[in-house]
Amino acid sequence: MEFSQITTIAGKEFWDRIRNRWVLAVALVFTVFALSIAYFGSAQQGAVGFRSIEVTIASLVSLVIYLIPLIALLLGFDAIVGERERGSLDLLLSMPITRFELLLGKYLGLAGALTFSTIAGFGLVGIVLSAQLDLNALFHYFGFMLSSVLLGCAFLSLAVMLSVFASDRTRASGLAIALWFFFVLIFDLLVLGVLVVTGGQWGGEALPYVMLLNPADVFRILNIFTLEDVRTLYGLATVFPATLAQPWLLGLVMAGWIAAPLAIAAWRFRR
Amino acid sequence: MADTSPALNEAGKAMIVARGVRKHFGAIHAVDGVDLDIRGGELFGLIGHNGAGKSTLFKMMLGLIPITAGEIRIDGAPVGAGGGSFRAVRRKVGYLPENVVLYDNLTGLETLDFFARLKGVSPADNMRVLERVGLVHAARRRVREYSKGMRQRLGFAQALLGRPRILFLDEPTNGLDPEAIRGFYAILRQLRSEGVTTVITSHILAEIQERVDRLAIMAAGKVQAVGTVAGLRERMDLPLWFDVRVAPADFEAVRAVLGHLPVGAVEAHDDHVAVQCARESKMAVIAALASLDGKVLDLSVREPSLEDVFFGFSD
Repeated sequence: MEFSQITTIAGKEFWDRIRNRWVLAVALVFTVFALSIAYFGSAQQGAVGFRSIEVTIASLVSLVIYLIPLIALLLGFDAIVGERERGSLDLLLSMPITRFELLLGKYLGLAGALTFSTIAGFGLVGIVLSAQLDLNALFHYFGFMLSSVLLGCAFLSLAVMLSVFASDRTRASGLAIALWFFFVLIFDLLVLGVLVVTGGQWGGEALPYVMLLNPADVFRILNIFTLEDVRTLYGLATVFPATLAQPWLLGLVMAGWIAAPLAIAAWRFRR
Repeated sequence: MADTSPALNEAGKAMIVARGVRKHFGAIHAVDGVDLDIRGGELFGLIGHNGAGKSTLFKMMLGLIPITAGEIRIDGAPVGAGGGSFRAVRRKVGYLPENVVLYDNLTGLETLDFFARLKGVSPADNMRVLERVGLVHAARRRVREYSKGMRQRLGFAQALLGRPRILFLDEPTNGLDPEAIRGFYAILRQLRSEGVTTVITSHILAEIQERVDRLAIMAAGKVQAVGTVAGLRERMDLPLWFDVRVAPADFEAVRAVLGHLPVGAVEAHDDHVAVQCARESKMAVIAALASLDGKVLDLSVREPSLEDVFFGFSD
């Protein structure tokens, strides 16, 4: 494996997203949403202004869980199939580069762009809020940013995988939307449905493990606080046992969600 | 043409060797048992209709698609072998795909920088390469603003990066105007004098036939014939045509003389007679016509075109 080939591809992908202002646009979206939630999130209760980091993060989580998977899937779905359909893939593959180096370079470049926008967008808000936050709250906010990055990278990995499998861009975009629906909207409903139908008899024990099968749920669990009045904001994730809710363990699961789709993509892309 | 090239005599060893190469896509035999020897320093043409298997053979030579059966060696190294030899072979090769697609958002110079980095060569030479293909004036313009011909030239420039020893050019003159095509072949001749081996595909026979050293005619996944243009013509033994210009008053006299000669069809036109004749009778016909002093105003010989050769082989 030649590192320079990977960085050349990754560098091009990253700078492409900087130059076409994709990074700027996404960072701005994150900043605007985070600021609005932090200052106007409690307007419904008749108050305006920053309340607490727990409420802010809980609201941000429920927003980010929709937004980041969608952005990541849209960013990555045409990584390979797009080059193939435009006709630029043959030329790339005729270079002294392996298919794995090309795939990894693509992923890392796109992941870099997404990570950069996430950290820039939420980081800016973090700096604005920092005057009102103690060290503990800042730590939680940092954890939220880090888990957002992991969430993005996991869905980007899924996007790149389907970009290898899909035969054309149209199908790839359809699959990307389907994946988003499944993981973000349908998965929890399905799990809840099974629980309710069986009266909690079936699946209750296995539930926490089933939730690890969805990176969006892992993200939610990573951001749970012990604060009781906030827990209700996290829905299904609150049934998660504390013993399993170790950040490092959940981080590892996220790493698995990044590595596994990429590995399948690499296997498939070999030929 | 081939045998007089100094570079070829110097480096005439086999650079690209194909043996029993097949590519099957299910029941479709896109390439069906190809043997080919392309020598170092040669300008080699691969001719065939669309769907004849040229591009598939090309992609196998480049290692872009796996070979179903057989073997291809580039400069001694088998294509498809992994490890270090894969990169070593790729660094010797420049490739211009058919209908090359480059990145619209990059400038010409940035495009070359990107590919130079992938090829592991210094970008310091990139301006010189752009100059060679006549794109210096557009070096800092986005590819988005390039015409089709300019894109094709930038694609060619990309193939020239790192001074490759072998060039694979798939329909390289697509979208070029006649002036640019002349310039393009001038570069190819220059590269040939530097010892670069070039394989070029085309379906425009007239354009390629006077410009390549040798060519292979492909049809239905097979190489139907390989050789120089002259050699192929000879081997086919196609009849040639005389156009004999005569004054209308002398038409019948000339026709009478032709009647005693070993000729084929005789067609009378407004101001000339077209006479078909076998190759071995050529000199006898010329001598007989020359004896008709004063009656024959002019005489020209039409050799069979490569098209005739091509259709002779691929039908």
